[in-house]
Amino acid sequence: MPDKIVVGYDGSDSAERALKFAVEKAKARGGSLVVAHVLEWSPYSFLTPEEIEERHKRRREELARAEEALLKPVMDKLAKDKVPAEAAMKYGGVTDTLIAIATETGSSQIVIGRTGDREFSARIFGSVAGSLAQSAPVPVTIVP
Amino acid sequence: MTRHILKPALATAALFTASAPAVAQSLDEQVNQIFANSTGWFVNLIFSPFPGTNFPWIVAWLVVAATVFTLYFGFVQVRAFRHSISIVKGDYSDPDDAGEVSHFQALATALSGTVGLGNIAGVAVAVGIGGPGATFWMILAGLLGMASKFTECTLGVKYRNEYPDGTVSGGPMYYMTKGFAERGLPAGKPLAVLFSIFCILGAFGGGNMFQANQAHAQITNVVGDYPGWITGLVFAAIVFAVIVGGLKSIARVTEKVVPFMGVLYVLTALIIILMNFDKIGWAFGQIFDGAFTGLGVAGGMVGALIQGFKRAAFSNEAGVGSAAIAHSAVRTKEPITEGYVSLLEPFIDTVVICTMTALVIIITGQLVVDANTGNYMLNEAGSSIVTVDGNSGVALTSAAFSSAFGWFKYILAIAVILFAFSTMISWSYYGLKAWTFLFGEGQSKEMVFKVLFCVFVVIGAAANLGPVIDFSDAAIFAMAVVNITALYFLMPIVKREMKSYNARLKSGEIKKFR
Repeated sequence: MPDKIVVGYDGSDSAERALKFAVEKAKARGGSLVVAHVLEWSPYSFLTPEEIEERHKRRREELARAEEALLKPVMDKLAKDKVPAEAAMKYGGVTDTLIAIATETGSSQIVIGRTGDREFSARIFGSVAGSLAQSAPVPVTIVP
Repeated sequence: MTRHILKPALATAALFTASAPAVAQSLDEQVNQIFANSTGWFVNLIFSPFPGTNFPWIVAWLVVAATVFTLYFGFVQVRAFRHSISIVKGDYSDPDDAGEVSHFQALATALSGTVGLGNIAGVAVAVGIGGPGATFWMILAGLLGMASKFTECTLGVKYRNEYPDGTVSGGPMYYMTKGFAERGLPAGKPLAVLFSIFCILGAFGGGNMFQANQAHAQITNVVGDYPGWITGLVFAAIVFAVIVGGLKSIARVTEKVVPFMGVLYVLTALIIILMNFDKIGWAFGQIFDGAFTGLGVAGGMVGALIQGFKRAAFSNEAGVGSAAIAHSAVRTKEPITEGYVSLLEPFIDTVVICTMTALVIIITGQLVVDANTGNYMLNEAGSSIVTVDGNSGVALTSAAFSSAFGWFKYILAIAVILFAFSTMISWSYYGLKAWTFLFGEGQSKEMVFKVLFCVFVVIGAAANLGPVIDFSDAAIFAMAVVNITALYFLMPIVKREMKSYNARLKSGEIKKFR
């Protein structure tokens, strides 16, 4: 079974670094990539009546935009470089969703970029890198 | 519900504690007079009691309907209660549908439209007039109302309109037209039109002017008297920014703070109740005794019953049809699941929150007991129970909570204002849905409604428009007359849905995702 690596990707600089790292890994091991984009979403947040009415429409727009502006350029580039890769795009909490994608695709590891969040908010709410490292069922690489 | 609907005279007497601004009094009086003369017959019709009693027929209409639905669906509120909770928790939600409106979100949004002044002020009025026994009947009516909500919200989802761009529109007007057509019944369209008209009137009145008015009354209670149009303009500006300017952030903040306020309210009530844990047994004793004997309150047992039924029916909006609009946008393959979720609404609103208010008022000893007879002491007119500080309505609740925590009255004032605001936002949406049903969708048509809505905010806060508010309250209950009529004709459809769903749930075709 070819080795699969999930890489969290959101178009940021740190995500690009993570992707680059994951590409090298995949090439070296003859594995493939799962480029995962998580759209932050909680089913327990509060919405106004208008937001509820438009939610389905917005969701379609958000998915289309993420596909068009984020995933497609990356996938095209990977295809050009002959790196075998699949894309995954899901709504949810970042940590839980990345783990779910890793489990579903049978990946052997997860690669994410470090955002360098040393801010107050990260102290209170924790960072994705931290919680992923603690709860992922597969090895996690955090690319600085 | 944030609305506080009473029989007209009562509302004016019990709740308008802050005096109406003296400015433009003569103009107000003229407006009141003209309005009262032209709409009085309608108000009287809706709120008229059965001959020889003081039991308003509209209350009986709502309670009878709730009982019929309870029996027809085999006590669905008991049998499906646990399943409802696991649906809200997301146990049956397909993870691939993440990003769509969840059941929890639909419930939370619908709740923030209904929890509010009714739970705070309405209960105080009920207990103040009907005694602790009113609580028993209120809880009973709340439990029965769960079946009404279940029926209307299932239909709301089943017969909503879905547009190509992915937006949805639902509510009683859609199940009246589509549902009646499907069953080959006539008159679906006229019913829908009638419902929409009442819904627009109710949105301008009980869902708007009354809220603005009560919010202003609360503010003046805390900071002192000042002209209402100032409050009105501020409120109108904020509402305008949200519904016309699309400034979602304000609405979002409110929608987040309102549940927080609700939780804080219940927790504070619980703490007060636990602080007096030795009196809990006694309080429930009073509630049960009072329910069947009245403990000397005005009208005895029947008086307690009327007050309890009235407050519950008026507080959770079960049968009014507004919740069917709020719930209809949820994404689900099974309309019945939203029905199950919505039946939690009267439970939370009435059985939990209203009961908390009542218990705090009873336990903190706000109601004066006659030492000689052991019954409650009535005021000179014999119309309500004497309270420790002579308070009624919001002020009674405020006094009860403040007797334990002095600072709570400020929290309560903020809560009332936020509840009023969130109810306005909710009802602006309900009104708009009815408006577009009548006049069609379109930017300019919708703008007319939204601007009108903001104008009514100012009017509502500025003047003591008793008759206007009476009329719009009557309009909200007129919604229930039309809506429940339709529900009687459409309930077999809900039963079919329920049977099919339950069978598939049992066979394992509908499965848990976690």
